[in-house]
Amino acid sequence: MNMLDDFMVRAALAGIGVALAAAPLGCFVVWRRMAYFGDATAHASILGVALALTFDVWIFGGVLVTALLMASTISVLSGRGYAMDTMLGVLAHSALAFGLVAVSFLQGVRVDLMAYLFGDILAVSRMDIAVVWSGALLVLVLLWWRWSSLLTATLNPELARASGIAPQREQLILTLALAIVVAVAIKVVGVLLIAAMLLIPAATARNFSSTPERMAVLATLIGMVTVIAGIAGSFHLDTPTGPTIVSVGTLCFVAASLLALALGSLRRKNPQR
Amino acid sequence: MRLVTLRAATLRHSGAPVLENVDFHIDRGEIVTILGPNGSGKSTLLRALIGALPLSSGTMEKVADLKIGYVPQKLHIDPTLPLTVRRFLSLPKRISNAAAQTALEEAGVAGLGQRQMTQLSGGQFQRVLLARALLSRPDLLILDEATQGLDQPGSAAFYQMIASVRRQLGCAVLMVSHELHVVMAASDRVICLNGHVCCEGAPAQVATAPEYRALFGTGTLGTLALYRHDHDHSHDAAGHRHPGTSCDHQHGHSGEPHEHA
Repeated sequence: MNMLDDFMVRAALAGIGVALAAAPLGCFVVWRRMAYFGDATAHASILGVALALTFDVWIFGGVLVTALLMASTISVLSGRGYAMDTMLGVLAHSALAFGLVAVSFLQGVRVDLMAYLFGDILAVSRMDIAVVWSGALLVLVLLWWRWSSLLTATLNPELARASGIAPQREQLILTLALAIVVAVAIKVVGVLLIAAMLLIPAATARNFSSTPERMAVLATLIGMVTVIAGIAGSFHLDTPTGPTIVSVGTLCFVAASLLALALGSLRRKNPQR
Repeated sequence: MRLVTLRAATLRHSGAPVLENVDFHIDRGEIVTILGPNGSGKSTLLRALIGALPLSSGTMEKVADLKIGYVPQKLHIDPTLPLTVRRFLSLPKRISNAAAQTALEEAGVAGLGQRQMTQLSGGQFQRVLLARALLSRPDLLILDEATQGLDQPGSAAFYQMIASVRRQLGCAVLMVSHELHVVMAASDRVICLNGHVCCEGAPAQVATAPEYRALFGTGTLGTLALYRHDHDHSHDAAGHRHPGTSCDHQHGHSGEPHEHA
């Protein structure tokens, strides 16, 4: 596998893997208005990095556990009638702050903090690719398996219950999927930009979708194209890769929104077509 | 034939009892309406019947394989979620185009299949919800304030539709409503709730019951009374259940002067 010797190819593979899972999951994050939820979970993962380095365990494992803990905490609290936007704002930023403080205590280990905050996609190993793809496929299988139930629970919890679906269980599955995506995406885009990988492709796809399935598929394609274009762009412009991917995604989103606006006004002018 | 029977059921919402000692039943083909002020436990009772809320005490018997069609009180669809009417009908179980077509026709909204849910008018939306509830060919159709947000002609048309659905499918209908005059005309039986069953019976019988008058007043003014009324009445010490039409609340009527010299 000589191809994998090329760091650009490895980066593209890792990025596509993340987009594959993040984009369809991101649709649920958008539909359920969980944007801050994703942010808080992602930010908490820096604490996971610190803990993993302290106890000298696999970083992916540490991140997965803290992301899961954070996501479950929020899930539990959200049912208790707290002001959720405030709560999430507090949790997201305090988790990040505590994580950064914890990392600074690590003496002897030279930690490249920037790599965790903004990702280090050009340095992914074959092992990293294997982890990203395993996680991504697991998330896709989860979403595929529960799709109809997840969608019904997202629409309305009472309607779901009347159909014999437990909304809490579906919420738990999304929480688990989110933790996995955060854990695999940290190397690619870093904790600060993971939420962007979830939200931007989904928001872009919304303009051209009439059904949830179409939006999910379109978001996945947009996510993958964005990753490839972002990596290529960062190579040519010599810019940091994670932020470049997100910037490309944002440009796509703006272009798609303008296009949708233009198409909409065109349709209004010529209603017979 | 009894579809569902509740005996001495108590239902709690985060610890506090919302409904106490409720006896309830509904038979095949019957239209039963639940009336009551806000917070009287109407939706709680429906949630227990669809299995979303366990009983704190008491028993519930359902006939085997009871199919329930549920029309929720309100359904907010987030504008970020693209959803055609046709796709909505296939949640959570995929259904055939023929079945979707039939249900939409029965609910009087044939031809809306490709429309986005967020583009429907209030009346169309409620009918699509009804169509979805009819897909499973329910034995019992449950509607939780299904005409909320519809204007008078809109809700009258909706109730006519319910009556025709009952005739066609032979299902029982249980609904919660605030629209007294329409409800009175369209129901076989009315149950008046206020933390317990205050009174129940045929519409004409309930309308003349003192408990009902105390809750809703009489005539057209009744609708107004529903909103003006205070429900700070005290229950008698003997307990909370008042069988038949013999409950003896002391209703405090804020609108009526109590102390005349």
